[in-house]
Amino acid sequence: MIIETTVGLIDDSELEKREGVIDNENEYSTWVEYWQHGVLVHRSASVGLKKGLDALGAVGSVG
Amino acid sequence: MANTQAMCSSFKGELLTGIHALGPGTGVPARVAATSDTVKAALYVATATLDASTTVYSATGEATNGSGAGYTAGGITVTQATAPSTSGTTGIYTPTATFQWTSFTSAAAFDTVFLYNSSQSNKAISVHTFGSQSITAGTFQLTMPAHAASTALIRIA
Repeated sequence: MIIETTVGLIDDSELEKREGVIDNENEYSTWVEYWQHGVLVHRSASVGLKKGLDALGAVGSVG
Repeated sequence: MANTQAMCSSFKGELLTGIHALGPGTGVPARVAATSDTVKAALYVATATLDASTTVYSATGEATNGSGAGYTAGGITVTQATAPSTSGTTGIYTPTATFQWTSFTSAAAFDTVFLYNSSQSNKAISVHTFGSQSITAGTFQLTMPAHAASTALIRIA
């Protein structure tokens, strides 16, 4: 697979791949890095939000 | 059977579509829109200070390119594929499935996406945070939560 990097397009067989996951109550996220000779040349991330924001509506009593 | 005091669920959903413009008239932005407003999503660096008091879009603290042009100031236009609606007693809004920036190299780590209404003087809508990220010659994808009463991006309960 060809990877977009800071030094152009490179086949992933020539790169070291590192991956990670963040999983908590707010998000499930993944990231992938490609390194060449100890230098980071590509990093992508996908963040999946698990929930949004609440606004509470309320009405007052009359009388 | 008795009456029960409540904010009408339909009203919560209609707030999101601008159906109601309450007030005496002066200064009330009453309008009949033929098309929806343009909503934009902008990324902010981890050292920025957006919060509930943010009222309008500002370039201060916004993400920038470390190289290339993958990120454009002001962010991206949000495709509003899903209309605001009411689920049970909650008004909900989740405009689209995913925001995406490609061929992006971030100048600094970012941890926030800010939604604002570019059709209404860039007025603020919401601030959403996530774990700090940086991108190098890559793609940043932000996937929205499920469009449901307990998870939608914006919920008025």
